[in-house]
Amino acid sequence: MNVKPVKIRGRVKGVVANIKCLMPHPMETGTRRDDAGEFIPAHYIETVTCLHNDKEVMIAHWGASVSKDPYFSFKIKGANAGDSVKVSWVDNLGETSSGDIVLK
Amino acid sequence: MNTNFSRRWFVKSLAAVAVIVSFPGVVFARAKGAFNAGKTNDVVDVLFGDLPIEESTEITFKLPDIAENGAVVPATVATEIEGVTQIAIVIDENPNPLSAVFDIGEMSLADVSTRIKIGKSSVARAYVKTSDKVFMNSREVKVTIGGCGG
Repeated sequence: MNVKPVKIRGRVKGVVANIKCLMPHPMETGTRRDDAGEFIPAHYIETVTCLHNDKEVMIAHWGASVSKDPYFSFKIKGANAGDSVKVSWVDNLGETSSGDIVLK
Repeated sequence: MNTNFSRRWFVKSLAAVAVIVSFPGVVFARAKGAFNAGKTNDVVDVLFGDLPIEESTEITFKLPDIAENGAVVPATVATEIEGVTQIAIVIDENPNPLSAVFDIGEMSLADVSTRIKIGKSSVARAYVKTSDKVFMNSREVKVTIGGCGG
């Protein structure tokens, strides 16, 4: 499959950075059927790791019931302009992708 | 004699299977078990164990009252409660009620948003875990189109 990078936007307000990400991913639950009536195998993001200046600040564990092309936003304390933020995911098939930005 | 033996073996293995099935979270990795649990009660057992659960309005749980498209329902959980280590979103009527668990680090705020699928009208719950207690807030969501259609 063609894995797409995570899109991230971030904005620092005072000492808190608001991070928004979009992760293009099919997020198949495994309970849907295709036109031939066969189950479409489950394919979803299981773990999302968020790094602020290479330090882990947040880990999200997801089930298949997160929507297709997941949106995820969170807030980091003590962030400054120039800090780096990286978000990466691993899905149930072992595929992985990431995206990063420098805060402004 | 021979049939007796196999019957005994069958009963024994049946009992063994029953034990495994009744403690899914203990046998499998903790988080995995919670996502596979079929009932909200089981999810809570696996995630929070014996911690006391208290209903709290200090959790801001934003979710539409009526979701026109169950496949994409925006959800936000935020709280001012101190010492939050984990946030979980659980939808009672989904086949696997647990949608998402967020491990909140020391340097992140207890304020997360995402979009989830809700199969049919259901009670939605937001759990916030601290070191010695779990807080819960719930809402009802009406879904007018199924979330599993795509």
